[in-house]
Amino acid sequence: MKDVSIVLCGEAGQGIQTVEKILASILKSSGYYIFSTKEFMSRIRGGSNSTEIRVSDKPVNSFVEKIDILIPLDSKAVDHVKWRISKNTVILGKKEFIEGKSEKTFEVPFTELAKESGNKLYANTVTVGHLSGMLGVDFSITKDFIKDFFKKKDKEIVEGNIKAAKKGYELGKKMVEKNGIDFKLKRNEKVKDYLLLSGTELVSLGAIAGGCNFISSYPMSPSTGVLTFLSTQQEDFGIITEQSESEICAINMSLGAFYGGARAMVTTSGGGFALMVEGLSLAGMLETPIVIHLAQRPGPATGLPTRSEQGDLLFALFAGHGEFPRIIFAPGKTEDVFRATRKAFDLADKFQVPVIIMTDQYLLDSSFLTSSIDVSKLKVKKYFVKTDKDYKRYKVTKNGVSPRGIPGYGKGLVVVDSDEHDEEGHITEDLDFRTRIVDKRLKKMDLIKKEIEPPELIGKRNYKILVIGWGSTYYGIKEALERLEEKEISFLHYKQLYPLHPDTKKYLAKANKTVVVENNATGQFARLIKMETGIQIDKSILKYNGLPFGVEEIVRKLKGILKKEDK
Amino acid sequence: MDAKTYDMGKIDIAWCPGCGNFSILKILKDALAELNIKPEELVMVSGIGQAAKIPHYLKGNVFNGLHGRVLPPATAIKAVNKKLTVIAESGDGDMYGEGGNHFLHAIRRNPNITNIVHNNMVYGLTKGQASPTSMKGFKTPVQVDGVILEPFNPLAVAIGLGASFVSRAYSDDLEETKEIIKKAIKHKGYALVDLLHPCVTYNKLNDRKWFKENTYYLGDDYDPTDRNEAFKKATEEDKLPLGIFYINKESVPFEEKLFAYKKIKKPIYEREVDFEKLGNLIKSKKS
Repeated sequence: MKDVSIVLCGEAGQGIQTVEKILASILKSSGYYIFSTKEFMSRIRGGSNSTEIRVSDKPVNSFVEKIDILIPLDSKAVDHVKWRISKNTVILGKKEFIEGKSEKTFEVPFTELAKESGNKLYANTVTVGHLSGMLGVDFSITKDFIKDFFKKKDKEIVEGNIKAAKKGYELGKKMVEKNGIDFKLKRNEKVKDYLLLSGTELVSLGAIAGGCNFISSYPMSPSTGVLTFLSTQQEDFGIITEQSESEICAINMSLGAFYGGARAMVTTSGGGFALMVEGLSLAGMLETPIVIHLAQRPGPATGLPTRSEQGDLLFALFAGHGEFPRIIFAPGKTEDVFRATRKAFDLADKFQVPVIIMTDQYLLDSSFLTSSIDVSKLKVKKYFVKTDKDYKRYKVTKNGVSPRGIPGYGKGLVVVDSDEHDEEGHITEDLDFRTRIVDKRLKKMDLIKKEIEPPELIGKRNYKILVIGWGSTYYGIKEALERLEEKEISFLHYKQLYPLHPDTKKYLAKANKTVVVENNATGQFARLIKMETGIQIDKSILKYNGLPFGVEEIVRKLKGILKKEDK
Repeated sequence: MDAKTYDMGKIDIAWCPGCGNFSILKILKDALAELNIKPEELVMVSGIGQAAKIPHYLKGNVFNGLHGRVLPPATAIKAVNKKLTVIAESGDGDMYGEGGNHFLHAIRRNPNITNIVHNNMVYGLTKGQASPTSMKGFKTPVQVDGVILEPFNPLAVAIGLGASFVSRAYSDDLEETKEIIKKAIKHKGYALVDLLHPCVTYNKLNDRKWFKENTYYLGDDYDPTDRNEAFKKATEEDKLPLGIFYINKESVPFEEKLFAYKKIKKPIYEREVDFEKLGNLIKSKKS
């Protein structure tokens, strides 16, 4: 495998995302596998932000530390990513940004070339052209994308940008030829048919496929993208989208909507979820379904608003006063992000429980190539019933699921109450019945347990060391293990965390050593496993500085564990 | 329709004998009967408190949610099914205290719901503490030297925010209050009925005698479309005016403005996902 890691680094507002967007499209159309991810500061202008675009001749879907080509857009940029620079890193850009920063620095006057093309604002287009030239892309593809990107602008601007791209392209091409640098990659025609989707888009599309037609939420990084995406689709898919005055409002609105016959969700992050906790408990009591997208970022409190962490697992598991069933998903693979979100709506409706989908900033803000998602055979099963005159919302049934009516559909009355209630839904203090209805609510767990998503085992079945991960670390750990080439290590990835799959014990028992990899400080999933199985995970690789794991880091840490093993 | 349609039969009611809530329950049933609203088309949304128990005492669909969180679900229920009559009803602590923020923003949204707030200027279920509307100097087990905060003025706030229907009523005036509630339900948009009533157990200051002496009805010559005049009336403190303070007939309800209804008119629950369209949307992500 050959891959090139391109990193653009600069202040917020310098157009890094525009370069990323155009370049990703160009590279994909050229037949290269790509992956992109970003880390940024919590500010609208200034600071130091970086975007990594990985280009490869094989599928790549994870963050790497190494930088092959670095384009610093301001004087702070090189220092910001210093820890990732090696002697092989090619650094390009303005003289004052690169001077003395590495052995392989090349002055590229992006702004001057832009000015020559008509406007200094075309500098980003020069960059796109330069990188296209370095990677050996056909200029016609670059030209088409520039044209398409600026199609709404005046002819003069379109022409100017093409000119700027061409200037960059020629220079980039010459540069690699002259210096004997080779970034050329094998092309794969198949890539053109792949979808380029961010984690945010995968969650949003999964929600629509799950029948989501109501979302109320309060903006909070990194969860907001789902609200934004669904808002752009509200007319086409008939989705009611409402920016609520608070997260408290958001979840109570969504519960009202589900009660009224919609399929509703909220999207939020840790602090917002904390405000929703009473509403979560209400969902448990009312047995009104709800889907919660919990996009994690580092806490406690406001924490690092634009960074990534897997620190809210146990909070999500225990949130809410009182006892009631819940389901927690944590997909990491692209297909799973779509599927789990879709399934969340189905299970929430079927079992009348809250379903939480846990993602994080890294997953949501990364763009992945994924093979086509076929929705032509999908259906949304509706579980609500037409009520008759004697309808009782909380009829005690054998399996604990009471047929759910909705108001205005049938002759019955649908009564739901946050107080303990009788079968009709009216407030009661009949303490004998209290025990029966608690049992009824908890009984649903038996059914839920029949539909747990099994963990995915990557590697051989007869392993000695088992690495365990969940959520967004999927691709990173997978690639690390591919690099390690140790036959005795396998990887078990969990896309559903709760209820925990019953095969967990068997998987763990087979290993001589178990290692959990988590983007948090306390190994929360390892604790969940201990709680559910009694088995203590032997080792943990934890990271909690706000960044996702780089593939190299997982390799290094696993090697460290293996070394100790040898002694 | 007969008001008996809403009767629950023999039920145990948690209110104190002589509580103003009993007359509110009767008035509500009469108003609903006169408007011919069938129980299965009615959704009563409430929170927590003595007033919030009212949905359990008449026939209808019920969403009895959390304390202070009445208006968000009420707004959503109406938004997903416009055919339903939605009444959000609870007490002054629930609506103006714990739920104050939702009160402000529900007014801004203007959903076509009726918001009836039982306002007895005291907390009942938690045993006699001050409510946001308690008068200054009112002594309670917590406010031992009397309330020192300015009372919350729901009418002035609502009019200030341009609420589309703002009224105040008094529980003992059965006919007048019934007419106000009927108009509030018929109004297209958010309608506030601030419903004064005595608490016979915990509020000895604002008793039946006090309400009789300190309230009066807005006259026939009063123009409820004049917002400035309405605000003036809402800030009168010597004697509290009763009646409809303000109506904005031009207002368009929240759910009528939603994009989700632009192309498709039917209630949300009757709809299916357009998977063909979704397939096309996904395909568009190839570049």
